[in-house]
Amino acid sequence: MPQDALFDYVLRMGDNCLVLAQRVSVWCGHAPVLEEDIALANTALDLIGQTRLWLSYAGEIEGKGRSADDLAYLRDARAFRNCLLVEQPNGDFGQTLMRQFLFDAWHHFTLGALKNSADGRIAEIAEKAAKEVAYHLDRSGDLVIRLGDGTAESHNRMQAALDHLWPFAGELTTPDEVDEALTQKGVAADLAQVESQVSAYMEKTLAEATLSAPKDAPVRKGGKTGLHGEELGYILAEMQFLQRAYPGATW
Amino acid sequence: MVTVMTATAAKPSIDDIWRWLEAVPDPEIPVISVVDLGIVRDVSWEEDALVVTVTPTYSGCPATAVIALEIENALRDRGIENVTIKSRLSPAWTTRWISAAGREKLKSYGIAPPVEGAACAGALRLNDVTVSCPRCGSSDTECVSPFGSTPCKASYRCKACLEPFDYFKSF
Repeated sequence: MPQDALFDYVLRMGDNCLVLAQRVSVWCGHAPVLEEDIALANTALDLIGQTRLWLSYAGEIEGKGRSADDLAYLRDARAFRNCLLVEQPNGDFGQTLMRQFLFDAWHHFTLGALKNSADGRIAEIAEKAAKEVAYHLDRSGDLVIRLGDGTAESHNRMQAALDHLWPFAGELTTPDEVDEALTQKGVAADLAQVESQVSAYMEKTLAEATLSAPKDAPVRKGGKTGLHGEELGYILAEMQFLQRAYPGATW
Repeated sequence: MVTVMTATAAKPSIDDIWRWLEAVPDPEIPVISVVDLGIVRDVSWEEDALVVTVTPTYSGCPATAVIALEIENALRDRGIENVTIKSRLSPAWTTRWISAAGREKLKSYGIAPPVEGAACAGALRLNDVTVSCPRCGSSDTECVSPFGSTPCKASYRCKACLEPFDYFKSF
């Protein structure tokens, strides 16, 4: 088993939530309608709460005394373990929504599996987070259907977003050695099982949305092992600025 | 033996403490208490320290820290100096733990209480459950957005009296 596999796995869970929350928060005050503005902010808030649970646990696993805040604010891009999907730019509302939808579907089924993790702490966090994520997927799934099967304009934007983001979604369901080692021990979610659940859900929902997923698209990956696009650097520059400039600042 | 009894007698009873906690309001919905909300999971004495175990409603709810502080303050006001607030994640909080009194208080405050049997997202539609208007009682209502003014609420509209209202989502 790779060294520190459990630390890496829990970091991935936390970093996905953290980076997506940071992206989604940017919409606060800018969404096309008030209800969506509130929904986006609430989703980001849930994800920040989940980030704290995961990163606190990651810090304990590592055993070097790093808190959730230390891990969020004082790591460089190369040490982040989020998938590439969540760091993709917001684009228009359709792109933000499609990114959320692709992530929520994976997140929902993964947490469902993690509720039975052999690691008690992971199971506990998953049980809590799964309830929140069920609402996230409800909303993003609903809106993908309404906008996909909406006007010609909204349909075209949703299809363009799907074409653009689809290759990044594959990283979430493609296991690597960390996933495999921990799945064998009953700790991680079995991604083969998650993949089949996500596919079935996607097929049904995208059909209802009159959208079609690209065929034979390559999988764009690397984030899980710390190989990110330049976008993550910009996200971190903004998010970490204060703690970097004024170490230990509190208010 | 005598000293032990004296020390015990000086401690307020667990029943009294629960009663005091019933007066601690939720910071976001001040008509209901933290006990009504079902987030106080346990109260016990560990030697001279009072341990209050609290579970979060939503993991990112900003009220969580305020709730811990208010519980501590309320107990300090009653003369209990040594209070420890413990957070417990599992079993995860559910709106089934909201007391009958709490549900009534929500309703009279204008917030539709969670609908029984609809324990999670999607269940409202799947079970064809309706949310009744807390003002006029009509069941002719519609969901405006599943995310409302706080993480625990959805925005609804009554099609009979035309008033918008909050629905405390089943969770």
